[in-house]
Amino acid sequence: MEIELFEIRNHIISHPPFRHLPKEAVDELVAHVQVAYFKSNAMILEKGQAAEYLHFIRKGAVEIFRSSGELLTRMGEGECFGQFALMRKKKVRYPAKAIEDTLIYLIPDDRFQILYDRFDKFADFMEEDNSIRLQHALEQGPQRWNGNEIQTTSPSGHQGNPLLFSKLSTLLHSKIITASPAVTIQEAARIMTRNRVSSLVLLAETGSGPPIAGLITDRDLRKRVIARGMALSAPVSDIMSRNIVTHQAGDFAFEAMLTMMRHNLHHLPILDNDTPLGVVTVSDLIQYASHGSIFIVGDIFRKKTVDELADLAPDIRRLFVQLVNEGANAHTIGAALSRIGVSLSQRLLQLGEKELGPPPVPYCLLALGAMARDELTLLTDQDNAFVLDDAFHPESQDAYFKALARFLSDGLHRCGLHYCKGNIMATNKQWRQPLSVWKSQFSDWIDNHDPRALLNASIFFDLDGIFGETRFADELKHLIRTKAGDSPRFLTCLARNALLRRPPLGFFRQFVLEPDGAHKNTFNLKRRGTAPICDLARVHALACGSTKLNTENRLEDIKKTDLLAEGVGDDLLDALEFISMVRIRNQARQAERKEAPHNNVHPSTLSAFERRHLKDAFQIVARAQDFLKFRYNTGRGSSNSR
Amino acid sequence: MRPRPRDHKQAPHTAAEDWQTRFNHLSRNVTDPRLKAFYRASCVPAHTPVKKVNFMALDLETTGLDLETDAILSIGYIPLKFNRICCSSARNIIIRPGESPEHPLAEIHGITHSHLKNAPEFDNILEDLLNAMAGHIILAHYNTIERGFLDRACRELLGQPLEFPVVDTMELEARIHTPFTPNTFQRWMGLSPSPSLRLSHSRERYGLPRYTPHHALTDALATAELFMAQVADRFSPETPVGELWI
Repeated sequence: MEIELFEIRNHIISHPPFRHLPKEAVDELVAHVQVAYFKSNAMILEKGQAAEYLHFIRKGAVEIFRSSGELLTRMGEGECFGQFALMRKKKVRYPAKAIEDTLIYLIPDDRFQILYDRFDKFADFMEEDNSIRLQHALEQGPQRWNGNEIQTTSPSGHQGNPLLFSKLSTLLHSKIITASPAVTIQEAARIMTRNRVSSLVLLAETGSGPPIAGLITDRDLRKRVIARGMALSAPVSDIMSRNIVTHQAGDFAFEAMLTMMRHNLHHLPILDNDTPLGVVTVSDLIQYASHGSIFIVGDIFRKKTVDELADLAPDIRRLFVQLVNEGANAHTIGAALSRIGVSLSQRLLQLGEKELGPPPVPYCLLALGAMARDELTLLTDQDNAFVLDDAFHPESQDAYFKALARFLSDGLHRCGLHYCKGNIMATNKQWRQPLSVWKSQFSDWIDNHDPRALLNASIFFDLDGIFGETRFADELKHLIRTKAGDSPRFLTCLARNALLRRPPLGFFRQFVLEPDGAHKNTFNLKRRGTAPICDLARVHALACGSTKLNTENRLEDIKKTDLLAEGVGDDLLDALEFISMVRIRNQARQAERKEAPHNNVHPSTLSAFERRHLKDAFQIVARAQDFLKFRYNTGRGSSNSR
Repeated sequence: MRPRPRDHKQAPHTAAEDWQTRFNHLSRNVTDPRLKAFYRASCVPAHTPVKKVNFMALDLETTGLDLETDAILSIGYIPLKFNRICCSSARNIIIRPGESPEHPLAEIHGITHSHLKNAPEFDNILEDLLNAMAGHIILAHYNTIERGFLDRACRELLGQPLEFPVVDTMELEARIHTPFTPNTFQRWMGLSPSPSLRLSHSRERYGLPRYTPHHALTDALATAELFMAQVADRFSPETPVGELWI
């Protein structure tokens, strides 16, 4: 063997997974390397041929295909392929083709097996394709992400707050106790005593309604029975609470806590789809909570002036940093901040109405975009609108709503939710309209499929009524759900717009950076990372009639359809989580340094771990975008601007 | 450095006879057992398709270009098929020149005098080299050096010639890029000079990576890769080797 094959040795050793091998192992490996050259368009591996080598791309570019002929991935210098067939000791499953003149170093099977058996890191790397690699990265959690750049500030020093990671299902310890609403009050009290529970779930008889008809608690027995002198033989349905708020077992404990604080509940039944599993109480949650600052939502509704609300801004930033440091996932953080944003909006309108008097006609506040999707971060503009009752008289009544919108908008701005640069706020006359005008506006967007008109309007398709007559919002949602899915040309326009923002990844997996401006040599994690995923999830969600707003929930719905190939939905979920977390952690760092938060990062400030997985994630997004093009036939004129 | 004439039929060794016949002739006429064994291993007939030929890329680093005064410093070689290079039989051999004058070695080759102090002389490596070459068609980029210096070394040492066919990757490039330097008038007419035939420039045209030159084995590897690219680009596995060698 000849270690003087410097060119091969030095190149191989500078790339993972070979970088971690001992020097002798690399020398030994180089002596067994074979070199092959493929002209552009030549097949490198044919499906079904015997797997003999690990392929390492020395120069050039290669495309790997699925058996269906669909493009699986594109690889460039320094990347490996062919390992899966070797590990399975089987035939080649994915054909590979050179798309440029390509020089490949071939590592024979026997050498591959030796490295695979002897070196765990090498084996780990080989076992993961980029989507699996990304998933592992997520599972490893934040500790590994960026070395020590973010110090854990948890005073007790334990690893994160369990409340933030825990699914509600893990908080349920005892069997759920239920009864029929027809039992007497006395019987209900006996059941509760016998089972030593403080609440009783009363199941709906049958039918398509909610599975839980009502709920009674110890306190109800005191306040509604004893204090009022009710007959113990009356049916429990006479005193039970109705319209019970519930959570799903897969939701995070943190979200349940926010719900309970928002509705001032002490008991929250947990369902698995339609099956009641148990009841979570405030004290269950408090046992898990280690910090008091998540009670911000409760504080908001106790504040009496805008000044007092504005004083909460630093607390909100601190909470954000704390959630990040405790290892909360992007979904939890987005939901917590959105809940705070919604609560601030609600409280501001309450205070506004107190100052300006009651509204002349009923109205509804729409949350739009990130807040509606439960994806708020520290750096999200306020996007909102008013839907007014159709009895609205612009001449005499608009002054009131204009003043209310101004009150809301200024208040939010002072609390850290800055004015919307695109002027999508209720302060803008255009976005302060009666319901019928909103309906024709949405019909116009959907029927006239003008891509330019839609360009700034996609944010309106993520809407949620958060204050006042929320049924107005429900009517708009209904209109969107029934119309959008049946309008292929609308979906095509929306899909085309969703392709305008490409991930910042060049052909050879290098990051594409901003060429100039204030953010020169950086890339934007929102515009080129999370936003493209939200955009494409929105298109698919509207196509399949999903009622969800949150991108993660939308992807879960989309997964149940055949809009995406098997596994792509999960890959996108992982990509979303990873990019969101890099973005959120970036913001948390800025907040800790008291800098103005922004979404741009310089690749050199990322850890190698983050860089590699970001590339994997971006590649998943790019692939999903390519598929969107194909799925909604965006064809001619689809822009590809970077 | 002019490449060899474009038409290989004018190459001196193949003018009258094919290489197989020439090897048979030489194997009868040389007396040195090492040379005899080399020629006995014979040479494939000219009509043999490229896919059946064992090649060996060879590169010499010398103290200069003058056959009369310069000496071989190192020899790198690596065997290959038309579509596959095998690194396991690659070698890089450093040679101590006989009564060599002082040359500024390290400047180009990275070979220092201390490297050479313990290196074998040409005589000691000749047998291994010939054994490795036997049965292979030699590949070189600008064959004058490899052929000329090895032949001269054998003649000096043994008084007998070392001849062999060479597929010259530079000559293969010259076939499509006829060397041409426009004069002032031609330049004014808009004619541009032919592309460079140097190893690194030729490789670039086939999308091959940039290697650090002037290390015998690296250059041999570079030549081998260039040859695979040339076959993939312009010839075929069925091309008779006689159309390529000179």
